[in-house]
Amino acid sequence: MKFHALKKLRVIISLLFFLLTAFLFLDFTNALSYKAVNIILFLQFVPSALLFVNLLSYTAIGFLIVIILTLLFGRIYCSTICPLGTFQDIIIYLSKKLKINKRFTYLRKYNWLKYSILIVTVTTFLFGNIVLINLLDPFSNFGRIFSNLIRPVYLFANNVSVSVLELFDCYYLYPVNLKTFVLFTFIFSFLFLIMIIWMAIKGGRIYCNTICPVGTLLGIISKISLFRISIDESSCNGCWACSLTCKAGCIHGGEKKIDYSRCVVCFDCFSSCKLDALKFKIAFRRKKKLIPPKEPNNNRRKFLITTGIFSLSLTGLAFGKNKIEDFRKTNIPENKQHPVCPPGSLSIENFTTSCTACHLCVSACPTQVLKPSFLEYGLIGMMQPHMNYFKSFCNFDCVDCSEICPSGAILPISLEEKKLTQLGKVNFIKENCIVETEGTDCGACSEHCPTKAVYMVPYKDNLVIPEINQDICIGCGACEFACPTKPFKAIYVDGNPIHTKAKKPEKEILNEKIDFEEEFPF
Amino acid sequence: MKRRDFFKKGLSAGIIAGTAITFGKYKNLFAAHTLPPEDAYDLVAVKGGEPVEMFDKAIESLGGMKSFVKPGQKVLVKPNIGWDAVPERAADTNPSLVGRVIEYCFNAGAKDVYVFDNTCDQWNKCYKNSGIEKAVKDAGGKIVPGNNESYYREVEIKEGKKLKKAKVHELVLDSDVFINVPILKSHGSTKLTIAMKNMMGVVWDRRFWHRNDLHQCIADCSTFCKPDLNIVDAYNVMKANGPRGVSVDDVVQLKSLVVSKDIVAVDAAATKIFGLEPDDIPYITKADEMNVGTKDLSKLNINRIIM
Repeated sequence: MKFHALKKLRVIISLLFFLLTAFLFLDFTNALSYKAVNIILFLQFVPSALLFVNLLSYTAIGFLIVIILTLLFGRIYCSTICPLGTFQDIIIYLSKKLKINKRFTYLRKYNWLKYSILIVTVTTFLFGNIVLINLLDPFSNFGRIFSNLIRPVYLFANNVSVSVLELFDCYYLYPVNLKTFVLFTFIFSFLFLIMIIWMAIKGGRIYCNTICPVGTLLGIISKISLFRISIDESSCNGCWACSLTCKAGCIHGGEKKIDYSRCVVCFDCFSSCKLDALKFKIAFRRKKKLIPPKEPNNNRRKFLITTGIFSLSLTGLAFGKNKIEDFRKTNIPENKQHPVCPPGSLSIENFTTSCTACHLCVSACPTQVLKPSFLEYGLIGMMQPHMNYFKSFCNFDCVDCSEICPSGAILPISLEEKKLTQLGKVNFIKENCIVETEGTDCGACSEHCPTKAVYMVPYKDNLVIPEINQDICIGCGACEFACPTKPFKAIYVDGNPIHTKAKKPEKEILNEKIDFEEEFPF
Repeated sequence: MKRRDFFKKGLSAGIIAGTAITFGKYKNLFAAHTLPPEDAYDLVAVKGGEPVEMFDKAIESLGGMKSFVKPGQKVLVKPNIGWDAVPERAADTNPSLVGRVIEYCFNAGAKDVYVFDNTCDQWNKCYKNSGIEKAVKDAGGKIVPGNNESYYREVEIKEGKKLKKAKVHELVLDSDVFINVPILKSHGSTKLTIAMKNMMGVVWDRRFWHRNDLHQCIADCSTFCKPDLNIVDAYNVMKANGPRGVSVDDVVQLKSLVVSKDIVAVDAAATKIFGLEPDDIPYITKADEMNVGTKDLSKLNINRIIM
């Protein structure tokens, strides 16, 4: 039948979105331009919505288009655009092929649970706490899985290929060592991966229909969508075949009814119906709203209780956010008061309230200075990236992270602007410095400083020692990274909670007249 | 690693042994060919031309590139590509000069010409924005990453006082000819960076040097890493804020080039061109004392060319 083609179309488009998105999180060569990245991620719901809030620009209306698409055709976001959705479909496909689980069945609804999660997520977000979005957003979870679990494997495979090619004197590829491993994010992503695989094998799109706030929100909209899959009751003999193929578990074969809030319009059911009783068409007759038929009062009570508990527990976290400035333990000799957030993020507060920790910037950063945090930003900022100057530094002529951030946590910033944006300030501990302790020249910090906020001045015994000028420091961390002292650095950057403007480095006028006819000085 | 080394060494040993046996009786013929002429210059200094023209003059007066590169040889050209900066900033060696050196190597019959640096800024941005990657590719050379420890092999530096061992890039160890093409720049910690200082880009762990008497380590390394030819680019010279520089305001055009086999002499000459004395730079004094080369230019046969 003609409807069968719809499934093929859905599979092709969804694989395209899946592969492109996955590639973005794996790629370390920045092969795609930021414009291509922005196009690929344009329709990702949560990042787009956050970007819209941050920018209020037509460039971020992807989520509105998703809403319109949902109003027209139902939850096609969930079946084609969402990379985590397609990831589950791949798991489901494999589990069928490997005969782990061959059939699904109609599942009962957990409306109280999914609506509680949605409401708590939205409410806490409105109060400036992004942690639930962070933990539940399907795009960000997909990003974390690929960035934290699969990327290391990808890099390893690359490095093996490099060694092999090197045997043949071919230096076409280059090796990359992972500098961004964080145990906590690794474990979190791993557990999430196990959970989603288990759920997908057990009951298909359980995550999408009970936990995912995006799925729930689009589910509400898809109840009134224009086009819907419907069962022609006169042709249907109630054989349940469609119910058994439905990975959303939303078709009740006996009642010949489809729960549209859960249907992800994957079109899998069409091929199962031998009587061609399924149609994808404009729904003329609006069925009455699907009020949960059994124990409505009980559900409502559960809903209220859960919402209450969630809200209470999260308000605590929201308050914790304000204490971020005191959070860093001071038992480290470098005495850093604040973490450093990337250029374009404006302030720690702005960053931690907009970042969904998808780790796309972590994957894209050429120097790998962006690293997922553990508690650097406090509890609410868990897994959001920070600048790790111990392992790397921010390349002066680079704004890659600001160009690709899909949620606007790192806003676009021009190179000129970035070069005058002070992320933090340099601090010098003379007692730790090689020149002082060893009595030999070093100056690694000053060498690497792009603005000469760290410069060398004469010191005893014909040596030179660093001196700092915080006014022109942009906090890129090059000095801290280069400093060779162990275990504590002699020079370090302390983050600015709110980014400020650095002064322009003063120009030195070199009035040298060169006479090219003159003899050599030797 | 080990297996690869074994194959490589085994193979090269075999080739050398084979070549020695085959050409044994023509030994004198070869020797006559490689022997330098009586009035060979120790050092050539050129002034007043474009980088490429100056190099043409310099290499000609040293008997052409064929005095350094033999047909079929594997050549390493090591410029300074330390910083993500455009050529005008003179933070990296002039790309046109690097390209010209590679062309000469191929004309002399080189089999392969490799170029790399262990950069300070993000390596692929340095390669690209310095213009050197393009210059190398256009000239037919191979630009090789230096960003990973796996490229570096540990060697013993017998004459080193502080630096007794170091991890050195495999191309330095495996190439037949090593051509050093540094740029003359001011330097915050060592006052100047020229040819010997450029050797910091062929080792992996520079922090060790900074911790353990930087000047001594630079001199120590030069007892092991001995380029066959040093070509100092002093066309655009960063006179202040080196080695990274802040802007083009740091750059003065000196339009000079110094070429020599003696790495200490070439550093001494470039130092004087910059306006300092060799003894102002501790690593030059130390290297001279360790007999790496000579800082006393009066002892050398110098060809001075003003264009």
